[in-house]
Amino acid sequence: MDLLDASLVNWSRAQFAMTAMYHWLFVPLTLGLGVIMAIMETLYLRTGNEEWKKITKFWMTLFGVNFAIGVATGIILEFEFGTNWSNYSWFVGDIFGAPLAIEGIFAFFMEATFISIMFFGWNKVSKKFHLASTWLTVIGATLSALWILVANAWMQFPVGMEFNPDTVRNEMIDFWSILFSPMAINKFLHTVISGWVMGSLFVVGVSAWFLLKKRQVDFALKSMLVGAIFGVVSSLLVAFTGDGSAYNVTQHQPMKLAAMEGLYEGKKGAGLVAFGVLNNDKKSYNDSINPYKFKVEIPYMLSMLGYRDINAFVPGIKDVIDGGYETSSGKALSFTEKQTMGKAARQSLADYQKAITAKDTAAAAIHKAQLKTNFPYFGYSYLDKAEDIIPSVPTVFYSFHVMVMLGMYFIALFSLLLFYTYRQEIEKTKWLLKAALWSIPLGYVAGELGWAVAEVGRQPWAIQDVLPVQAAISGISSQSVQITFFLFLILFTALLVAEIRIMLNQIKKGPEADH
Amino acid sequence: MITYSFLQHYWWFIISLLGGILAFLLFVQGGQSMLFSLSKTEDERKLLVNVLGRKWEFTFTTLVTFGGAFFASFPLFYSTSFGGAYWVWMAILFCFTLQAVSYEFQSKPGNVFGINTYRAFLFANGLLGTFLIGVAIATFFTGSDFIVNKANITEQLTPVISQWQNPWHGLEALLSIRNLTLGFAVFFLSRAQASLFFINRLNNPVLEKRSRKYLLINTLPFLVFFLTFVIWTLLSEGFAVNATTGVVAMEKYKYFTNLIEMPVILVFLLLGVVGVLYGIGRSLLSEKFKSGIWFSGIGTIITVCCLFLIVGYNNTSFYPSINLQSSLTISNASSSLFTLKAMSIVSIAIPFVLAYIFYAWRAMEKNRTDIDDVNNDSHAY
Ligand code: HDD
Ligand code: HEM
Ligand code: HEM
Repeated sequence: MDLLDASLVNWSRAQFAMTAMYHWLFVPLTLGLGVIMAIMETLYLRTGNEEWKKITKFWMTLFGVNFAIGVATGIILEFEFGTNWSNYSWFVGDIFGAPLAIEGIFAFFMEATFISIMFFGWNKVSKKFHLASTWLTVIGATLSALWILVANAWMQFPVGMEFNPDTVRNEMIDFWSILFSPMAINKFLHTVISGWVMGSLFVVGVSAWFLLKKRQVDFALKSMLVGAIFGVVSSLLVAFTGDGSAYNVTQHQPMKLAAMEGLYEGKKGAGLVAFGVLNNDKKSYNDSINPYKFKVEIPYMLSMLGYRDINAFVPGIKDVIDGGYETSSGKALSFTEKQTMGKAARQSLADYQKAITAKDTAAAAIHKAQLKTNFPYFGYSYLDKAEDIIPSVPTVFYSFHVMVMLGMYFIALFSLLLFYTYRQEIEKTKWLLKAALWSIPLGYVAGELGWAVAEVGRQPWAIQDVLPVQAAISGISSQSVQITFFLFLILFTALLVAEIRIMLNQIKKGPEADH
Repeated sequence: MITYSFLQHYWWFIISLLGGILAFLLFVQGGQSMLFSLSKTEDERKLLVNVLGRKWEFTFTTLVTFGGAFFASFPLFYSTSFGGAYWVWMAILFCFTLQAVSYEFQSKPGNVFGINTYRAFLFANGLLGTFLIGVAIATFFTGSDFIVNKANITEQLTPVISQWQNPWHGLEALLSIRNLTLGFAVFFLSRAQASLFFINRLNNPVLEKRSRKYLLINTLPFLVFFLTFVIWTLLSEGFAVNATTGVVAMEKYKYFTNLIEMPVILVFLLLGVVGVLYGIGRSLLSEKFKSGIWFSGIGTIITVCCLFLIVGYNNTSFYPSINLQSSLTISNASSSLFTLKAMSIVSIAIPFVLAYIFYAWRAMEKNRTDIDDVNNDSHAY
């Protein structure tokens, strides 16, 4: 067999990252704007005020433009598991495929069916049926987020499975533990709610533009009010569930947490870095160079957030590699110990296969038992050295801190917007309107950075501890992936440019001209 | 009795059914490929875009679900075929991506590339989407060149389980005439179905008349290509699996034998074909008959479903390799018993999904569409 090209895995990662990040430009707005326009249509039905119908339709047009490109980018992702991560698709497909199929059957069809009533049914079905369709479209979108996030959470924290040496793959043994894993629930809440934040930012930003231009004032004030209330609620919830995310990461992915905080040497009563600059001179995890050029710390906060105990020990990168510290499930193993176990597991698998071919059932049983003991660290057998388990610290560190800062900023922004709207002074508060308008891109930044934390932070694992990315790939040439990478890059960029221009045009037209 | 084997057969049936539904819904693509030829004026073209535009999501979603269901039930196919026949699948995906934005974007001001670019995207999707899917499905009968070796996972440097042997990574399928005949058959069928759909949906005598003409000129090549493929397949060797040892070997008239040994499928296959021909034939003969799409649509679903069934059931390899022992069968490529069971419980919901789709469709389609409807619609494309 030909050796695989060394750059193949990096191109495959780049392609997945690029297509996923494009998908994520559109999904949050679908999730957030969807809820907001459904609320607006509900207000229309409650009040009977035609103004609300006009408002709903305005936002719905923007929703449609955004939705189409979300769908376009999504289909590529789904099939990329097969095209670029074919080994992964076999090795964990028994578990991972199910949520994807359920997503199609339940979520996507619901969306596809009711969205056509939502768009084309205004004069064809009753008002109530129409409202129900709008809500069902939104629920469909949210369910599609649920299932894909269940799948993603499972990669971060694989549960409910068992390795089967005969089929050479992991097999599902408990569906509910996958669906209700704390990682999955928290991920779902934090991610969907971050979409609500995005939707709110979009609505208040666009409304602010109308107010600044003194156009469509009534429409803009109404939209602003809905956006600001929803924004306050969701930005508070996003911070709350973000804390839950960090807690889960601490429990199940200590290396990711250490990278998020740039923590090399663990300590008791660890502080949370509120703001910091990393030191580029730090070259190795175990040199004694200070990892920070500069930092401001909130004392004890990291131990508190990660373990709900101000004195708890938080392991740093060096500790995760060296092991030896106490965890809730005993003493942590070192990288070398895990690697030894991983190699033993892989060897047992090879021996097991030989024994089966030789029809030596007794030997097969022994190898199978050994495989089972060592399997939790199977993935370590593909790694060479301890450094391989450290993700890119600067990427994860800065992404995390900027996301959190933006999260705090959004709470302040929405609160002020709500305050001034309530006092009926919002039209005069020009600086705040400008801030709202220019915050729209910040919402996208926060979301993309969140995914960078989650996905770059789990490197090198495709499946935590079980399958590193280099063992997850397809046997294709790296040139092929390069070509498709650039094809998709060009296509998605072109479509994005078109989308932005269409959006701007629709917004400038305003709610009147539309109908 | 719910045995492992039963569930594998059950899931192959679901995949086959989804394949059938997808083949029917490809009428959207067929319609897109006739966008420029069937319409003569801008109003006509706009009308075509809008009636198709209310249905495109169903085809797209069915494709996505077909992929998802295949992943969940036969993951080895997912990893072998998508990771191996890379270029064919990438080309298919690429043209579906183009489609997904084109309806929504084409008539909106500021869309950068202009209305005709997006319509050209729709055309490209109509042409390639149907043809390439047909070719890809034909390889289920004709075989590809790959090796599956699960033991590779124990190799540190090259742990890849499925390896495609042909450097063209799927494009080589285009060199087989038998594959091409199915590709063309799907293409022309989707256009014939689109003509029937227009006859049914449009309130426009000019387009309706022209659609009947298009129905005829697409049905003839469809029949030629389809019959060539079917007869060729029935007469050729097939990839047979030994039920006890799992060894794969070539067997003469395998697919023909499958039909004889599974008479129920034979009967349904014939019914399906008759349905298609009846829908088309009566539409050609009678100006008043507008429901041809229902007969030929259901006929298509049944026929394609049966074709999938004869390639998967009765100890046949559904995704064969010329390296015979690497061929995929519904037993060696399937998910675990547990997953198939869990997924089967999920599948109970499918009829409900179909029911609300049907209900929604009915609610929306009480009247035929004409250009005034489109012009009065606030969300027209
Ligand atoms: C508007 C977007 C947004 C905002 C303001 C925040 N987040 Fe976030 N965050 C996301 C959008 C996001 C996300 C895109 O939804 C991610 C990516 C993966 C995920 O699970 O959610 C995410 C991931 C993510 C993770 C990694 C989860 C993992 O690796 O599984 C942590 C620890 C946090 N967030 C924590 C926070 C905290 C403490 C915030 C303080 C306010 C915060 N986030 C604000
Ligand atoms: C839509 C939001 C998402 C974004 C923006 C995103 C971002 C990324 C990024 C930046 C990488 C590259 C990491 C690296 O190589 O350093 C990546 C890789 C990957 N992600 Fe995501 N991700 C998203 C959602 C998901 C989900 C929901 C899943 C699974 C269900 C997933 C599965 C993967 C896989 C399989 C890879 C490639 C293997 C790897 O590099 O680990 N991603 N993603
Ligand atoms: C990386 C893994 C992902 C895959 C494979 C994937 C797959 C898909 C596919 C195939 C579609 C088109 C569905 C259709 O036919 O209508 C889609 C759309 C969608 N996806 Fe994803 N997706 C991924 C990540 C995510 C994430 C992380 C979320 C949300 C948290 C999400 C939420 C949505 C939503 C709401 C839609 C509806 C359309 C839209 O995007 O506007 N997806 N996705």
